[in-house]
Amino acid sequence: MTEKEYNNIPGTIVFDADRSREGYHLNQFCISLRLQKNRDTFNKNEEAYLDNFPMSKEQREAVLKRNWNLLLELGGNIYYTSKLAANDGINFQNLAGRMTGMGVDSYREMMINGGRSIEGNRDKSEWGEN
Amino acid sequence: MAKILAGVGCSHVPAIGVAMDTGITHDDYWKPVFEGFQKSREWMKKKNPDVIFLVYNDHCTAFDARCIPTFALGCGAEFQPADEGWGPRPVPVVKNHQKMASHIAQSLVLNEFDITIMNEMEVDHGLTVPLSVMFGDIKKNDEWPVLVIPLCVNVVQYPAPTGNRCFNLGKAIRRAIESYEEDLDVIIFGTGGMSHQLQYKRAGLINSDWDKRFLDLMTEDPFGASQITHLEYLRETGSEGIEMVMWLIMRGALNDNVTEIHRHYHVPASNTAVGHIILENNE
Ligand SMILES: [Fe+2]
Repeated sequence: MTEKEYNNIPGTIVFDADRSREGYHLNQFCISLRLQKNRDTFNKNEEAYLDNFPMSKEQREAVLKRNWNLLLELGGNIYYTSKLAANDGINFQNLAGRMTGMGVDSYREMMINGGRSIEGNRDKSEWGEN
Repeated sequence: MAKILAGVGCSHVPAIGVAMDTGITHDDYWKPVFEGFQKSREWMKKKNPDVIFLVYNDHCTAFDARCIPTFALGCGAEFQPADEGWGPRPVPVVKNHQKMASHIAQSLVLNEFDITIMNEMEVDHGLTVPLSVMFGDIKKNDEWPVLVIPLCVNVVQYPAPTGNRCFNLGKAIRRAIESYEEDLDVIIFGTGGMSHQLQYKRAGLINSDWDKRFLDLMTEDPFGASQITHLEYLRETGSEGIEMVMWLIMRGALNDNVTEIHRHYHVPASNTAVGHIILENNE
């Protein structure tokens, strides 16, 4: 397959049709948590609730471990995984604090100071990747 | 005949809704965000439109991964605020101008924009937050002072429609609205943006210089703005900055020449740069 032009943006996973295909059952699980009755069932017994969704073993593990970045790498999309986070009482900003590895406080501080600069963050080569 | 008076560009950050719903808009963090909408609310009162045509996106709320329409027009009688995982916002149900929506649906398809028609749809913060910031605090048991025709755009799964396509859709929407026989005043909203990235290791990206240039283009060179590529949005404005293509639908529905009535820009609201512009059609 030809290299996708957006693959050289650092620290970014573009949720395209390939990801959407891979993450389908994972994302459908996440969105099911939009409803209170499903959140209640999931919170009572996570493993049993996950049996309803034919996701891969890796995806299932990542859900149970709340490995937020791995969930995205395995086809999850942030608007879906944020439903799982919301169930844990984690809002978008605190989730970002975790995904960036910065921690909630220093992430919030960075945002108050104008956010992450575009300088040095355009291309993977600037991050010392590929 | 119906007439488009003006366009409004406006971010739709969920935390802005939470701030309004929990009454913390005057604290140090939120005050500068809301001050920039003071003038907008006065302007809105003066304009007193009959209908808002509101372009927004659903954030995996009403639409899950089973069905991902690129353009979905709300044609049902009303739209309930959705539970996005933290309970529905305490705002009124959104009421449609159903007859006009049907007319627009028909006109768009005949103009070769093959939209999806939604007769049942819940609406999330993407739609209700712009209404709240532009109309002020309106509680659950009150009513929105306007009817709303929602157009929901896929910007979650890549690729979103191109800026060019959105701009041309805006033109078709204008033809549709202005061929509706009733004398109604319409304002069109383009919502979302500005620069922000919510996901993965580059989360928190903000590009204020780029955003301000985009606001300039909205006023002065909308065609130029419509030619911005997906790659540029993704790289320069963060993975969720691509929402800005929705502003181009609004802009396409206006005259080439517009008057910029108001502009507001502030960083941050949660993870996002808040941008807002009001453009009036010149007579
Ligand atoms: Fe959005």
